[in-house]
Formats: sequence, structure tokens, C-alpha cells
Amino acid sequence: MKARVTVTLKNGVLDPQGKAIEGALGALGFAGVGSVRQGKVFDIEVESTDAAKAKTELEAMAAKLLANTVIENYRVEIVD
Amino acid sequence: MKSAVVVFPGSNRERDMVAAIEKITGHRPVTVWHGDHDLPKVDLIVIPGGFSYGDYLRSGAIAAREPIMGAIAREAERGVAVLGVCNGFQILCEAGLLPGVLMRNAGLKFICKEVELRVETTASQFTRGYAKGQVIRSPVAHGDGNYRTDDETLARLKGEDRIAFRYVANPNGSVDDIAGVLSEKRNILGMMPHPENLIEPLNGGTDGRPLFEAALSAVA
Repeated sequence: MKARVTVTLKNGVLDPQGKAIEGALGALGFAGVGSVRQGKVFDIEVESTDAAKAKTELEAMAAKLLANTVIENYRVEIVD
Repeated sequence: MKSAVVVFPGSNRERDMVAAIEKITGHRPVTVWHGDHDLPKVDLIVIPGGFSYGDYLRSGAIAAREPIMGAIAREAERGVAVLGVCNGFQILCEAGLLPGVLMRNAGLKFICKEVELRVETTASQFTRGYAKGQVIRSPVAHGDGNYRTDDETLARLKGEDRIAFRYVANPNGSVDDIAGVLSEKRNILGMMPHPENLIEPLNGGTDGRPLFEAALSAVA
């Protein structure tokens, strides 16, 4: 089973890297970019065939390691 | 007085730390490998600077979940002094032993220079060798030194007098100019600057020395 965990910065947390990317997009001539926030995507293959169980397990992985919940949110999706 | 310096793959300031402690106390610290599950009985545990696990995922994130960290948490709970410098501070935050998180420097550049720190509290075994408000010099060398907490935590840190050091001129965007914080029981200190690199005249100064003298004599 394939899953995707997306980790994003919480609202209000400053993102200097996102800001730099935002500036670079502007410099490349892309007008109309409101703001950029940088995050992380983890594609994870798990052996489980039980989607609900796998999701619980992946949420634990995200909470314990993949995200720092002081500053980040996470979202778990079962892809197939 | 016994101390231990914990080494992770990618630590690179452990030898400076060992040399500083040995020069100040005359006793060589034990070095402990990250995969160990137990610590020898010591009075001070130090997590040195470096780039544990190449800063993969987040600075300090992988190291914070290593077996040795369970032992450090247990010893800290017993009241043993724990000092985390630079990557050591990042690891302590990631492990939840200190509040907050260290994010990328606001200016996005790695900063390697000397800064001035103001000693904000003398009520800890690390800072009691200084005067409150004293300004000391200390080198910094980090890319992720931008300390952040939520407002509630920041208010608690201030209210409980747990901000150990502030930057005189904030180099990295840290909230409230914070350079170092203490744990609730005041026996854990995390700081981005490197006091171990300013302990003898040959280093160009001795401003870091009182920190180690105080921390080490508290338990002598």
C-alpha cells in the first residue's frame, strides 16, 4: 500500500525559505504570486493491506518523527 | 566531577567540548556513542555541536529519537545537568526536553562569527558564574539558529525566568532575541552560541569559562 504524508508549516510560522522562493519567482517574471510556503512530501510504502490501520500507523509516524508539531501540520493520504 | 559528551554521527564539536572540559576540570569527560542505551553515572551531560545525521529531515530530528536520548531524559529527570550547544540545543528541542524549535536563520545564510550575549538570569548552575545583565562574547556557527515558540510558551519562559541568554544584536531572527533557554527544573540549558570555544587566552578570550566552572563546581 502506498501512502503520502504532507508536512506543512502552521499558519503564522515564519518561512524564510518560502519568502526567498517567492522573491525568486518574482525575479523570473512570474507576476501575481501572492505567497509561497515550503513544505515536505514523504511517499511511504507500507506492507499493511488494511487502509484504516495503515493510516493510524502513518499518523503516528508523522506525529513522532516526520513533522515537528510545534511548527508543522501533517496530512496522511492512502494513495493506493 | 564526572561528565559525559554524547557523540552522534555528524557531531563535529565534540573534541572542542572534551578539550574545554578537560582544561577546566583536569578530568577528561567520557564520550558516549549515540547507540548506547545507558549513560555512565555523571554529573554533567553535554550534547555538542555539529550536523548530526547531516541535518536530514530537520536539524537534530533524527538524533533526538536515538536510544541514548531516553537515557539522557531519565538522567535529566533525576536532576543531572544537561547542556546542549548548537546542534545539541536543536536536539534537545526536537526531543521535547526543551520547548520551542530552531528554524532556518531569518537571513537564510549560515552565520559564523563572534556575537555578544546578555546574561539574563543567574539562577541556574550554568549561569551563576556571571552577573545578571553582564554582556559576554561568544562565537556562533549555525544555519538553523532561529529560535521560535508560540506566544504562550514565550510568556511562560519569560515568567519563569528561563531565558538564560539573549543576543545583544540578533543575528538569526530568534524570537525575543533568545540565544539560550533553561528547562522547567533549570537543570537543562540549550544555547546556540559556543562557550566552549572561548575558554583560554589563546582562543582570544575566556568569556565561556565561567559557564563551565559554575556548572562543574555545582556538582564537585
